[in-house]
Amino acid sequence: MPTIWLVLVLIALSVAGFFLGRSRALASANGNPKNLHSLPSYYGHNVALSALVPALAILAAWLLLQPMLVDTRVSNMIPQEAVPEGTTLGLVMSDVRRVAEGLDIAVAQGAMTAEQARNLRTEFSDVRGLLGEVGVALGADVRPEVMRAAQAYRTMSNTGTTIMTIVVALVAVGGFAWSYGRTHKDFRARNVVEQGIMALLIIAASLAILTTVGIVLSMLFETRNFFTLHSWTDFFFGGTWAPNFRGDSELSILPLLWGTFYVSLIALLVAVPLGLFAAIYLSEYASAATRSFAKPLLEILAGIPTIVYGLFALLTVGPALVRFFGQGEDGILGVEWMTGATSVLTAGLVMGIMLIPFVSSLSDDIINAVPQAMRDGSLGLGATKSETVRQVVIPAALPGIVGAVLLAASRAIGETMIVVMGAGAIAKFSANPLEAMTTITTRIVSQLTGDTDFASPETLVAFALGLTLFVLTLGLNVLALYIVRKYREQYD
Amino acid sequence: MTDLSQTPASGDTPMPKKQGQSLLELSDRTKRRNAAETRFKAYGIGAIAIGLLMLLVLVTTIFSKGIGAFQQTFVTLQVELLESKLDKTGNRDIDDIKKVTTFGYAPIIRGAVETKVNALGIDTPLKAKDMAGILSKDAAATLREYVVSHPDQIGETVEFRFLAQSRVDGYLKGRVSRDSIANDKNISAAQLDLVDALIEADVVEKTFNMAFILGSDASDARPEAAGMGVSMLGSLFMMLVVLALALPIGVAASIYLEEFAPQNWLTDIIEVNISNLAAVPSIVFGILGLAVFINYMHLPSSAPLVGGLVLTLMTLPTIIISTRASLKAVPPSIRDAALGVGASRMQSVFHHVLPLAAPGILTGTIIGLAQALGETAPLLLIGMVGFIASNAPDSIASGLLSPNSAMPAQIYEWAKRADPAFYERAWGGIIILLVFLITMNTLAVILRRRFERRW
Repeated sequence: MPTIWLVLVLIALSVAGFFLGRSRALASANGNPKNLHSLPSYYGHNVALSALVPALAILAAWLLLQPMLVDTRVSNMIPQEAVPEGTTLGLVMSDVRRVAEGLDIAVAQGAMTAEQARNLRTEFSDVRGLLGEVGVALGADVRPEVMRAAQAYRTMSNTGTTIMTIVVALVAVGGFAWSYGRTHKDFRARNVVEQGIMALLIIAASLAILTTVGIVLSMLFETRNFFTLHSWTDFFFGGTWAPNFRGDSELSILPLLWGTFYVSLIALLVAVPLGLFAAIYLSEYASAATRSFAKPLLEILAGIPTIVYGLFALLTVGPALVRFFGQGEDGILGVEWMTGATSVLTAGLVMGIMLIPFVSSLSDDIINAVPQAMRDGSLGLGATKSETVRQVVIPAALPGIVGAVLLAASRAIGETMIVVMGAGAIAKFSANPLEAMTTITTRIVSQLTGDTDFASPETLVAFALGLTLFVLTLGLNVLALYIVRKYREQYD
Repeated sequence: MTDLSQTPASGDTPMPKKQGQSLLELSDRTKRRNAAETRFKAYGIGAIAIGLLMLLVLVTTIFSKGIGAFQQTFVTLQVELLESKLDKTGNRDIDDIKKVTTFGYAPIIRGAVETKVNALGIDTPLKAKDMAGILSKDAAATLREYVVSHPDQIGETVEFRFLAQSRVDGYLKGRVSRDSIANDKNISAAQLDLVDALIEADVVEKTFNMAFILGSDASDARPEAAGMGVSMLGSLFMMLVVLALALPIGVAASIYLEEFAPQNWLTDIIEVNISNLAAVPSIVFGILGLAVFINYMHLPSSAPLVGGLVLTLMTLPTIIISTRASLKAVPPSIRDAALGVGASRMQSVFHHVLPLAAPGILTGTIIGLAQALGETAPLLLIGMVGFIASNAPDSIASGLLSPNSAMPAQIYEWAKRADPAFYERAWGGIIILLVFLITMNTLAVILRRRFERRW
């Protein structure tokens, strides 16, 4: 890993810069720190930061951009007729990358010299066999144009890495020399360092924007690819979800949306009444002792990882429901309504349990924010406590509670592990909660795990699903925040 | 002021008191209202009781089903390491010994079982091959490993503790009974009879199983040999990445937003983004990781480094939100005092505010890490399931870059294998995961209690 070494050298340079800069500043002030404009360590920090930060930034940008540039250049080299029928340029490029990687490994293991790797011709030697010997298995024999592209890929990558190392080293040394040269007792080191740190703080804060942009762009890009391969009318308005890896899939989001909404609905039917009543009891009735005991215990439910709930749904709740609603004569109810442990009800119930503390602690905060004067007024008029809660506190807290429910709904829609393990894998429109159905998140997981081929609509559809999920949850969250903000001001 | 008794009862008073009724006796309406009050209160108690009951059910299920994974059935056997089978040349050349595959060790184990059964005088209709069937498929590999590392022992008789196969283990744990194995081709009733006799003779026994905590995953056929150790290391490396990235970036972002950010559109956009990212489903971060880190940047898939990066992005909002809260809790007088004695704003923040907020930041970070430790969905997308990480990484670089699993991903993998023996291990894995989470959260609570400062 030469990049790691490069980073280590940069760090060493910057540490050295700290001490050299500090001592140079002190020397220019005849060893008396009082003659300096800033504290001595600021001069050191100035040199250290100027050597490290720009160089690291260039390194990071280079590492991000180089693969993209090399990819475009190499894929331009591959002639249109070299792309066989039924595949795409993307697939050929992944072959190219794999061969290039194999050549790198072969050179690293000493199976061939760098010279041989550059001049290897598929016409004269069995490249597949050669690479197989060093542990890189190839699906088919290497075609000459792929080989040439792979060699070009290697050359470009290697040249790129060499140039990168030189540029980064130059920038680091340049920054070092420039700031070291500026180090003098009258130099305003503190101001410069503080500006630098401020820039770093702003960059750190902007990372949130970058992440959002990354999420949206990565999904938009692949979704666009998906819609070039698959008709968008089928995706949005079709009625069947039937991925078929031989092609000809029907990929419609509607059955998945139905499953998602059904599971979320059951989860909310469980979580909202329980959570709301728990919150009302805790904030209006419970003694301080009960509250300090029950509230943290309930909140443990929110801290349990979702994989635990998933296993609970698959191995405990599902079989228990089957004992109730299935097994025919042997079952508790003696009916044969449910065959497998996975069903909408299984996932919905367990997800509801998970969401109880989510609803209850949000509503608790909101109910507590209702001014005491309103309660006192109602109680003073002779209303009982429950009448006060129902007719005064809840209406006053309603916008907040609606917000909390919407947030819980967005959690339920985006929840993955419980539905992956508890809801099943069959996409269909059905109103029977005892049947297995599938959700958006489940399909994302199943389309993107295992062997993924980024040129087939069956894989790419996951990105379209992900984007839909992102838009849905984002919409719910924005709506929830809007409702809460709009009505909160009434009592502040 | 008019006398109250003189005002006539107004018409809209719903239920005028009947003549002659005592004030001490409750009217029907009051009774109804009181009953409604009691009911309402009962709903509240009921809701909390259901919640707590669910917690109780969850916890008891986990412990009753998972505790078995920490015990394992072993068979103690004296094995004669026959020179004629293991080292035909007789010159103890390690390369020759390595040429004998686990297949070549099977007859030796078979012989050892038969000798033991005959020595104990147990009467069984089974052939030697079926008798050895109560042992794990792992036994031959254990034996071979021992012989390869101790070639000088060839020819001696050595005592071994072999893993019993998962059905036998289940029989001792009550998971498998003679009724349940009617259609099971992995074990027969006669083999269970043999196991019963061997239990009598203290040859088969159930003991604490360290290999479950420290060992590596095993293939589908050997649930008795599977352990959490390697995936724990995978989780550890991911957490190191998260800590190294999320803590500095999160603290820097919070300092900017809380202490320096002007009220402008950029700040607004950042704030909106952070609060939205906190609510984005975790699987979306997995898609981001797959598309950006693996597909575009060509980082190795299944590597803890990629997992760590994805979880960093996911935890950042949590850490930023809690860090901002603890920065906000430091009173302005501290900043004013620092500015008053001539510190710059940057100095007042880094020398005074940040140290005072540190316990709060630490608490938030630990809670964020605990959340990341239990997260599964994004790890499925970046490929941390579906393979068997059999060896612990040998260096930090390989720990970060070579394929590994993580604790929750390993549990999911076991749950998928649809074998009661693996289910038991999945529950056991959950116990280990929860022990980590409880420890981290307790640490956070203690830190908060210990260092919380009231201003």
